Amino acid sequence: MAYETHTADEHSHDDHDHKPHGWRRWVYATNHKDIGTMYLIFACVMFFIGGFMAMIIRAELFQPGLQLVEPQFFNSMTTMHALLMIFGAVMPAWTGLANWMIPMQVGAPDMALPRLNNFSFWILPFAFTLLLSTLFVPGGAPAGGWTLYPPLSLQAGDGLPMAIFAIHLMGASSILGSINVVVTIMNMRAPGVGLLNMPLFCWSWLITAYLLIATMPVLAGAVTMLLTDHFFGTSFFSASGGGDPVMFQHIFWFFGHPEVYILILPAFGIISEIVPTFSRKPLFGYDAMVYATAAIAFLSFIVWAHHMFTVNMPLAGQLFFTLSTMLISIPTGVKVFNWTATMWKGSLSFEPPMLFALSFLFLFTIGGFSGLMLAIVPADFQYHDTYFVVAHFHYVLVPGAIFAIMAGVYYWLPKWSGKMYDQKLATWHFWLSAIFVNVLFFPQHFLGLAGMPRRIPDYSVQFADWNMVSSIGAFGFGLSQLLLPYIIWKCIKSGSKADARSWEGAHGLEWELSSPPPYHSWDPPPSREIVARGVQH
Amino acid sequence: MSFHMKNAYARRGLQAAAISLFALLASVAHADWGGLNMTEGVSVLSKEIYGLHMEIFYWCVAIGVVVFGAMIYSLVKFRKSQGAKADTTLVHSTRVEIIWTIIPILILVAMAIPTARGLIMIEDMEGATLDIKVTGYQWKWEYEYLGHNVSFFSTLKRDSNEARALGSGIDPKTVPHYLLDVDNPLVIPSGTKIRFLLTAQDVIHAWWVPAFGMKKDAVPGYLAPIWVQVDADKVGTYRGQCAELCGQDHGFMPIVVEVKSPADYDTWLRAKQAEQKLAGEPSATAALSTTVAVATPAAVAQ
Repeated sequence: MAYETHTADEHSHDDHDHKPHGWRRWVYATNHKDIGTMYLIFACVMFFIGGFMAMIIRAELFQPGLQLVEPQFFNSMTTMHALLMIFGAVMPAWTGLANWMIPMQVGAPDMALPRLNNFSFWILPFAFTLLLSTLFVPGGAPAGGWTLYPPLSLQAGDGLPMAIFAIHLMGASSILGSINVVVTIMNMRAPGVGLLNMPLFCWSWLITAYLLIATMPVLAGAVTMLLTDHFFGTSFFSASGGGDPVMFQHIFWFFGHPEVYILILPAFGIISEIVPTFSRKPLFGYDAMVYATAAIAFLSFIVWAHHMFTVNMPLAGQLFFTLSTMLISIPTGVKVFNWTATMWKGSLSFEPPMLFALSFLFLFTIGGFSGLMLAIVPADFQYHDTYFVVAHFHYVLVPGAIFAIMAGVYYWLPKWSGKMYDQKLATWHFWLSAIFVNVLFFPQHFLGLAGMPRRIPDYSVQFADWNMVSSIGAFGFGLSQLLLPYIIWKCIKSGSKADARSWEGAHGLEWELSSPPPYHSWDPPPSREIVARGVQH
Repeated sequence: MSFHMKNAYARRGLQAAAISLFALLASVAHADWGGLNMTEGVSVLSKEIYGLHMEIFYWCVAIGVVVFGAMIYSLVKFRKSQGAKADTTLVHSTRVEIIWTIIPILILVAMAIPTARGLIMIEDMEGATLDIKVTGYQWKWEYEYLGHNVSFFSTLKRDSNEARALGSGIDPKTVPHYLLDVDNPLVIPSGTKIRFLLTAQDVIHAWWVPAFGMKKDAVPGYLAPIWVQVDADKVGTYRGQCAELCGQDHGFMPIVVEVKSPADYDTWLRAKQAEQKLAGEPSATAALSTTVAVATPAAVAQ
């Protein structure tokens, strides 16, 4: 693998001491740890920008009447908040965790395709600069909801083609990143690391990667049809030209439903790492957990129309989708039971990663219950497009995906940095987040059931009380998140030295490496003896 | 050492949070308790839907009690700080996996039966004696009583519209039925099966009155049916809102329905017909164009 020419400041593949420094280390990064770090910092920044938009939304909804923003801008805020959180915060955070952990967990020196990895990351700052710039162009940012339903989304101004291009870029980044994950896991596992004893985090990402490869092109197709309807005279989504606005919804949600499983499957993987560690007991039912994850992924392709029960589907269609949606609760329930069984007769301790993981178990399950209620078509006619739906998806995404990301960060930060963070402060972060997230989102169930529609900037007076409570929860939750970057910064600056096995009950190949790990993780691959210690037993 | 204290606080805090969350969940099982629950409504379908909603909710509470109970028990009983030792042989059991797959499947079957029954009832459009075409606009509704030469627009009432403007200085609490009042309400007879045909002029809207239990999208270029039959004794005024994002004033195009006794409705209808004839407004039925694609689900033969 010698290179014909390399200058002194280029990273030489076979010379580990000459890695690039300064800005080149980051712009030309091919190391999975550096790229992982960049993804995580990017995700954190997007989380705060998207969170700031949520603060604007909740500030306007604090009281009835319009006090702060015009309705059109409010709609832009709800649209952009969702796009930023989904595509800018959660997905890049998962990719960052995948980059950091997969090579270490399977015994590989790096990801299979390091240059592709670099490209996958660097697309994102450009994509999001483009998306955020729509706030400043004539017509403003897209305001038709992150779901972009036509004909409304086609009433947008200059922001629409920019947003569509940004979505194409993000999609490309995800597809390329997923290819990297699949190739790494399938080809670069060390001898002794089999598919059925590798960590569940790797399994969850392997399955997520396949979902991404299958569905991102579908989103690309849907938004391209929007583009051509708007600029090139096609009428895919306009009845007067022989098309159908509802067809967009089918295509979008064929992407959209697997997308929400893409947002949660890596979370399942992380919980499956953390709960065993802090229970000092192996994960209960490893094989069942793998099959359940695969079943969820398969089922995610045949439930999409549950997002569209009110579009006037034939009876047989409604019946099929309600039943298939109800079915997903089976493998999901199996996972919750297995995590509980892991804790059963364990020896539990409650460090910050475990606190976040436990609140995931409770609160994601609540999101699962509201999801089951939403699956029931007749009842959904009362829930659809109300705050009941908003409550459901925020429960599965915030104390679900986001808390799992934070759990993963608090779990692996000692490994990444070689330092232990202030656990007392992190415990404060946990309690403030857990309490405020419920103050913020639980009342939204009541609002939805009482009849408050979603995506409205102002509401009738009977909804005032719970809206005020929810907004207070939002301000508390938002402010509490400022603790996270502070804790990380403080850790890196002045944390105490962390062990290789930073947590007493931790098992896995990543814990067999030093904290922080060497530049090329496993180079050469781990011995059979080390592998035996590090795989699922 | 501080580790032990942290664990105790963490454990107690988590217990408290879990128990209060569960209590909150269980306490919601009171109908309409100060705006906590769905309305039972005043129509045949709204009551069917309410019953189904409560049935599923109770199942969720029951499952929650069992699952959260097991979790909380583990958190209390198996703490390292209290001396628990992990049983590392407890790593898998095929029997248990099968049991906790089969039991949930059976629960789902129990839920699916009333669900399917409700759905079939909802899709049965036969026997309606009045057809009303509803057209969504940005940002108002148009109602056309098909075959009766009555049609009119229904827009947000002026006092609400003035109060809702950004920085209006008007306190919403001083406006009666703030954001839920219109200039021309829809008027329908009680105790009658009415078919609404929903469509839109520009973008997708959705017509929803919670008290009637039904919501459906109004898609431009397509006609979508729902049926409503308000109980004979439930005369009164019911309010709803547009339920699909349709632009800047999506939150400002409410629906108001006055349900009158059949006799009072007839009186109102005749007066309205006379009024519209005098004013020379175009006939509503002419607007039902045959080039519009009619997408109605096949009525189930009963």
